[in-house]
Amino acid sequence: MYRSHVLVCGGSGCTSAGAPKILEVLNKEIAKAGIKNEVSVVETGCHGLCDYAPIVVVYPGPTFYSKVRPEDIPEIVNEHLVNGQVVSRLVHNAEITDEGIKSINETDFYKKQYRIALRNCGIINPENIEEYIATGGYEALGRVLTQYTPEQVIQIIIDSGLRGRGGGGFPTGIKWKLARANDADQKYVCCNADEGDPGAFMDRSVLEGDPHVVLEAMTIAGYAIGASQGYIYIRAEYPLAVERLNKAIAQAREYGLLGKDIFGTGFNFDIELRLGAGAFVCGEETALMTSIEGNRGEPRPRPPFPAQKGLFQKPTLLNNVETYANIPQIILNGPEWFSSMGTEKSKGTKVFALGGKIRNTGLVEIPMGTTLREVVEDIGGGIPNNKKFKAAQTGGPSGGCIPASKYDIPIDYDNLVGIGSMMGSGGLIVMDEDNCMVDIAKFFLEFTVDESCGKCTPCRVGTKRLYEILDKITKGNGTMEDLDKLEELCVYIKENALCGLGQSAPNPVLSTLRYFRDEYIAHVKDKKCPAAVCKALLSYVIDPNACRGCTLCARSCPNNAISGKVKEAHVIDQDKCVKCGVCKEKCRFGAILIR
Amino acid sequence: MDKVNIKINGIPLEVPAGITILEAAKMAHIDIPTLCFLKEINEIGACRICVVEVKGARSLVASCVYPVSDGMEIRTDSPKILASRKKTLELILSDHDRKCLSCVRSGHCELQKLCKDLGIDDETIYAGERNHYEPDDSSPHMVRDNNKCILCRRCSAVCDHVQGIGVIGANERGFKTNIGCAFDMDLGETSCVSCGQCIAVCPTGALYEKDYTNEVFAAINDPDKYVIVQTAPAVRAALGEAFGLPIGTNVQGKMVAALRRLGFDKVFDTDFAADLTIMEEAHELIDRLQSGGTLPLITSCSPGWIKFCEHYYPDLLDNLSSCKSPQQMFGAVTKTYYAKKMGLDPKNIVMVSVMPCTAKKFEITRDHQNAAGVPDVDIAITTRELARMIERVGINFLALPDEEFDDPLGRSTGAAVIFGATGGVMEAALRTAVETLTGEELPDPVFSEVRGTAGIKTATYNVAGMDINVAVASGLGNARKLLDEIKEGNSPYHFIEIMACPGGCVNGGGQPQQPASVRNSVDIRALRAKALYDQDTAMKIRKSHENPAVRQLYEEFLEAPGSHVAHEILHTSYVKRAVNPY
Repeated sequence: MYRSHVLVCGGSGCTSAGAPKILEVLNKEIAKAGIKNEVSVVETGCHGLCDYAPIVVVYPGPTFYSKVRPEDIPEIVNEHLVNGQVVSRLVHNAEITDEGIKSINETDFYKKQYRIALRNCGIINPENIEEYIATGGYEALGRVLTQYTPEQVIQIIIDSGLRGRGGGGFPTGIKWKLARANDADQKYVCCNADEGDPGAFMDRSVLEGDPHVVLEAMTIAGYAIGASQGYIYIRAEYPLAVERLNKAIAQAREYGLLGKDIFGTGFNFDIELRLGAGAFVCGEETALMTSIEGNRGEPRPRPPFPAQKGLFQKPTLLNNVETYANIPQIILNGPEWFSSMGTEKSKGTKVFALGGKIRNTGLVEIPMGTTLREVVEDIGGGIPNNKKFKAAQTGGPSGGCIPASKYDIPIDYDNLVGIGSMMGSGGLIVMDEDNCMVDIAKFFLEFTVDESCGKCTPCRVGTKRLYEILDKITKGNGTMEDLDKLEELCVYIKENALCGLGQSAPNPVLSTLRYFRDEYIAHVKDKKCPAAVCKALLSYVIDPNACRGCTLCARSCPNNAISGKVKEAHVIDQDKCVKCGVCKEKCRFGAILIR
Repeated sequence: MDKVNIKINGIPLEVPAGITILEAAKMAHIDIPTLCFLKEINEIGACRICVVEVKGARSLVASCVYPVSDGMEIRTDSPKILASRKKTLELILSDHDRKCLSCVRSGHCELQKLCKDLGIDDETIYAGERNHYEPDDSSPHMVRDNNKCILCRRCSAVCDHVQGIGVIGANERGFKTNIGCAFDMDLGETSCVSCGQCIAVCPTGALYEKDYTNEVFAAINDPDKYVIVQTAPAVRAALGEAFGLPIGTNVQGKMVAALRRLGFDKVFDTDFAADLTIMEEAHELIDRLQSGGTLPLITSCSPGWIKFCEHYYPDLLDNLSSCKSPQQMFGAVTKTYYAKKMGLDPKNIVMVSVMPCTAKKFEITRDHQNAAGVPDVDIAITTRELARMIERVGINFLALPDEEFDDPLGRSTGAAVIFGATGGVMEAALRTAVETLTGEELPDPVFSEVRGTAGIKTATYNVAGMDINVAVASGLGNARKLLDEIKEGNSPYHFIEIMACPGGCVNGGGQPQQPASVRNSVDIRALRAKALYDQDTAMKIRKSHENPAVRQLYEEFLEAPGSHVAHEILHTSYVKRAVNPY
């Protein structure tokens, strides 16, 4: 028994912020202090507060230290672990209130969250199966194999109301039922871990922080649909997740929780990894299976659906990581427990990756039905620099922009679709008044143009032409007819593209056209970018009254576009200016204006 | 079969369950336009030209792959559908090299026809960035011009799924997607077998054979050259299609007349050499059967097949017949026997072959194909090129009289003309081998078990007390199955015929292209083959060993089948090649 546990976040965010060094110094200092037998150091998965990485949590308490540097470690060891005194200067500042230091779980960031999929992330050592078991791991599998028929398992999932967390929101239990209904000599259970939305990293965090939950859930699914083989399709850009999954699979096999005769019930199930090369389209279910089969990852027409003819033409069940991460808890706590959370048609919780113009960049899990305002203002800590909320993009490049007028909409599948966006896998990118919505639409479209597989015409050529029209508009060459052409092409692509990627590609354009048409018109008619983002439409000028003639701007300009005598007002040659903004950054007198 | 009730454009219809909307619409006499779809070869729903509205569906669906279900209500002609198809086509055109006037497919291009059918009135409406590619002319038989490619994937599908080769496929992605070889290799560097099936299925002018019509015209117009033409059996069964005749019309007489009017000095028939091939090959088979040689013996008429064997089954080269192909035998005999007989210098003879085949362009460049010290064959053109030559000089093909081939190398038998269909070489060889082994005349020369368009056909014949097991494969994907059996040591066969192209030479890569709308509704292989079998039935002499001109050739020059001189002139050897890219 240890008297204290020190959890060091080993998620990707903290790892890149220096967590491995922290871990190394911590172990050294603890040894030096002679308390190696009293204090246990655990490398955990992600805590979610990635903006404050690296994170070190000390139990009992817990005390939550953020932005810890290696040189802080001796103080934490000597003051906190040896003397029992919290090092208050390192405590995450949201915890410090007038009444003293409050628990991390009482902070706004964590208070409004409810963690099911992320329940073990940041708590257990993901590389140790016993820690997973100690928190109730594999209990659900044991119960399923020994007490429930496959049909009962499927009914529990149906009753829970769980819907697919990968994007579409298809009822998970129904999917399982369809896969069970098709007879075949071989069936497959697949896990979609090809997380590809820009800014989304919830699946990576689950896999890095709690890999066994996915293995357990897939094994449960295998029992439910009658499959003996599982594949996890994971992108090769997630090396840490791959490493932890491989370790987890090896441990599960060693413990008899994967392989032959699991729990002595005669049920066989095993899992292998398949690494994706990072094509966004391989997150589309049919493209994913085509890729596992060893072919170029391209979608194929449906029907036949995967439940009929999926991987290698056999009935296949495919769910994403977060969906699986809910399964064991639903089995253990019952479907009523799960369906008591959320809205009428969206049950449980959803993990979101907060990014963009928001203070608490990171990972949060909220009950369905939480409003966008609560997520951004309370959990996310609001928008930095006193800027105003303008819009939030959910669903990544397939989603849409939610304007401020919909700030109080409860987040669930159907509400988001209703306002022209979608849940997607859970990326949530916040934009403030400095963001140009035409530019945002162009940004997401550029991603889709790049990631289109090139199989069907509407996506291969159509999105390219959409992008070209947007580019024309942001360069001030657009016409009002272009806006009509843009909209018409968007609707056409939605209706004609082969797969979900193409069908949803126009969403960022359509939703910004819907809510921010004025900005488009400003670009087209007034040749102005209201947010001053589109370079072609803005010019840098020097206010002669404010300019002191210090010459700093002229010396900094990379293109020698600024001239003027010392102590006299300077002038920018508009023909030479490349609009890099260096002069504005350098000017100490606020004399450089954007028009 | 289960039936389902559906409605297409308001018309109630009872159709078999499981068929596609495209097929169901056909039953209602509605032709939904398609572009990428090739039945059983390319069913990928990629181009989106064939979209239709299905009541209750989230988006439009591709009718070529979407199955009907009971109660389905479909619209194929709504304004939305027509506008969608048009837009798809406009987008395709926006990245297409629209140089129709100088395009080899002008006038019979599937894309051009669609533009007319769907009412394209402005091909520049979605003008934007275009992809530009260097045409790939690295292989001996064809050019790949991606500027004309519309990415329907028919070529890569036929190469991979039908021929089992897969040297071309999609590279890059999104707007930059293009059809090419792995690692952007040139086609000429790969183990492409030159079968030309990709050309046969291409809807546009992106894939075409290397055109040698100008070289042929130049030779004809050179007073110092004696230009002799030979025509393969399958050419006569398809050439008429280029002039609007129904598929399966035998135009041998008009073809001969046209060749004469083009100015060839002699118009001969490859069929003569087909009979000669049988003499040599039947002898080789009997020899191997009786002396314990390598079995099964596999035919060697199809140069695409030969190249395939050299690349992919180099260990089976000993199973190949050492006989040159009829094209090469013909050239060899012409430049030796015929030249001597007529007092011609072989150096001044230009041997032109008209072939249903693109691999023949490769074959004439092979080593050990120069019996007279000069290449056996100088120029190999395809049926399509011949049609182009006829058009260019203004010959009214349909009005031509039927004329006869020149003597003596224009004489042939029914056994030779069926070479153009899968199973034909086998049947011709059996006619001769059986009579040679038994010494008795066959009561009926027809071996119906080896006829038909099935990919693999097998039969056992009891000949002179011995069971001879034979197999016939066409299409290299089918050939693989028989070859794998040999490799594994459990092939029961003594004699195997392999043709690279599905259905044999009648469906060769050099034949007039039929659009997918035709290929998807009729079996062009069977129709063309029937023209050849009908000709065989109508002929008086139907066995190669009864060809008087062939007999005379042996008497005057070759001595006997398998003789030393026959080997010098009519036989060849093979080389092991690597699979590239591996």
